[in-house]
Amino acid sequence: MTALLEIRDLRAEIGGRKILNGLDLTVNKGEIHAIMGPNGAGKSTLSYVLAGKPGYEITGGQVLFNGEDLFEMSPDERAAKGVFLAFQYPLEIPGVATLTFLRAALNAQRKKRGEEELSSPDLLKRVRELAKKLGIDPEMLRRPLNVGFSGGEKKRNETLQMALLEPRLCVLDETDSGLDIDALKVVANGVNQLRSAERGMIVITHYQRLLDYIVPDVVHVLAAGRIVETGGKDLALQLEATGYAQYQNEAA
Amino acid sequence: MNAGIAAIKTEAETGLADTYTAARHDLPGGPAVAAARAEAFNIFALGGLPHRRLEAWKYTDLRRLMKDAKPLAGAPDTAALAVAEQAGQWLCDLGARRIVVVNGTFAPALSDLADLEEGLTIRALAQALVADEPLLSADLGTLLPYNEPALALNTAFAGDGVVIEVAAGAEVKRPIHLLFVTAGETAAAIFTRSVAVIGAGASVSLIESHEGPEGSDYQVNAALQVQLGDEARLDHVKIVREGGAALHVGTLLADIGARARFNAFGFIVGGSVVRNQMFVRLAGADTVAEISGVSLLAGRQHADTTLSIEHAAPGSQSRETFKAVVDEAAHAVFQGKIAVRQQAQKTDARMMSRALLLSAEAEVFSKPELEIFADDVQCGHGATTGTLDDQLKFYLMARGIPAKEAEALLIQAFVGEVIDTIAQESLRDALSAATLAWLGERG
Repeated sequence: MTALLEIRDLRAEIGGRKILNGLDLTVNKGEIHAIMGPNGAGKSTLSYVLAGKPGYEITGGQVLFNGEDLFEMSPDERAAKGVFLAFQYPLEIPGVATLTFLRAALNAQRKKRGEEELSSPDLLKRVRELAKKLGIDPEMLRRPLNVGFSGGEKKRNETLQMALLEPRLCVLDETDSGLDIDALKVVANGVNQLRSAERGMIVITHYQRLLDYIVPDVVHVLAAGRIVETGGKDLALQLEATGYAQYQNEAA
Repeated sequence: MNAGIAAIKTEAETGLADTYTAARHDLPGGPAVAAARAEAFNIFALGGLPHRRLEAWKYTDLRRLMKDAKPLAGAPDTAALAVAEQAGQWLCDLGARRIVVVNGTFAPALSDLADLEEGLTIRALAQALVADEPLLSADLGTLLPYNEPALALNTAFAGDGVVIEVAAGAEVKRPIHLLFVTAGETAAAIFTRSVAVIGAGASVSLIESHEGPEGSDYQVNAALQVQLGDEARLDHVKIVREGGAALHVGTLLADIGARARFNAFGFIVGGSVVRNQMFVRLAGADTVAEISGVSLLAGRQHADTTLSIEHAAPGSQSRETFKAVVDEAAHAVFQGKIAVRQQAQKTDARMMSRALLLSAEAEVFSKPELEIFADDVQCGHGATTGTLDDQLKFYLMARGIPAKEAEALLIQAFVGEVIDTIAQESLRDALSAATLAWLGERG
């Protein structure tokens, strides 16, 4: 069986600084992988490289998504194939209404996959249903994307996009940052509803707290650009007690 | 001809002089109009075409950019009228009254002159000129420099245009859309002068669009003279979508009364060389003026927006907001001047110009000026130039939106900020549609 995502010996740098140094990771359909690690380990770089953010140079290795070379695809092609990155800091886009953005995104993906575009009333109905589940005020959908939204609202909005676009692989970059416990529960609940046998997830986090709500199948420790340890969900608890200091020496 | 001051020397200048000599007896008008034409042509002849050493034309050297003088356009033929009948279809339906001017000649047969609202009259300028009405010379002296060359040429040559009069207190509900259409295979010179006299307490919306054939290097010089009475309201939108080789020189002269509301919007998407100049005088107290514009430029287009707004009475507020999106090797120019006279205390004026560069070759020239003689005022100006935000573009692409479409969304958002300030929905829709059409043509 082809893995959903297969990362082999991935090396990447930005501005001449080496960030990823031979990272290997395989995610199968239906699995949730947590990636934990200290600041500066390369967690966000990994998420950006998977989504195709410009500015990173891939200096070695490869990434196969359903057996296809991810680096041959532009960011929008990756999205249409089913890669979704929930941003740690979702961007504000003045002048673009949230609903306009959602429609453009969904229909661009459907078009690229050769599917029929969703009509405006159908889209509105679907978005409203999802917004309700995530406790998003429908009035927010008319407002410019993320402009003036609180940290919690932005993360709910990311979750709404994920639910609407129904990706095959969700990469959640520090989804817990800037969230209070109530917002965290709402967002985690939204993510859990997307768990399915057809979908894989990578949950990147610095703290174990998020993993109480989104329970992973596998936990990895990322340090100095490589996976240095892999275990079950207990590993996260153990890290909470011991911290990351031990891995920082090991990686150096 | 007067020798010594500035000898006429370029091919275009010589051509204009020859054209004037040949045409002056055939141009419409009685003796007063003929005298105003002669004086205007003399003003032009003394200085010649404006060039870069004139501060007001620093970035648009017409002497260099205007290679030759085209023959004056004749009366439109059947083919031109047929083209004009289909004009303006790239705009959405404005629900407006269509008034059509073809190759500089008012075309009543193509214009909707039925059921004019009470207090509204619309007629051809030529008709007013023949009656020797002083429309070409009335009250212009205080509005702009005496020797403004583009308007001088317009006064010398304008054969027709539209005269709109709105009686005091009349509320004209249906917008009026003036379509200036150029059609035909031979490149011609087209001079039009239009006049809008809006009485006290009256209100009207005026859309003015200019379009023409793609490959022809025709030349348009179009002027609009506005007199807005006390407590009156005018919403004016001008759309320049001339053909890709055309030269368009436009002048707006506006004299605004007290407690009035004047909204003007300039939208430039077409033409090879465009100069859109506006001279606005807030003559009465406590008036509110909002003057904005958007230029969407590509290829080797050169578009110059030059604005001069004079606060001549106390307590008025003006907002000037201009945005330019400049792609490929195009050039955008913005010159904006706010002048506050000594008696115009409590003036509140703010000007902002922003440009978005979409290519390394694109260029923007911005020159804001404040000239303040009153001591109790609030005035400010700002200018920015930047490129599309790569982070925002990546965010959109990461959601599946292709690069060009992501750029289009961001450009729409950039210009939408100004378009959204327009009060009437139909006008907003018209400009959003024009923006979409431009984005659609972008490769």
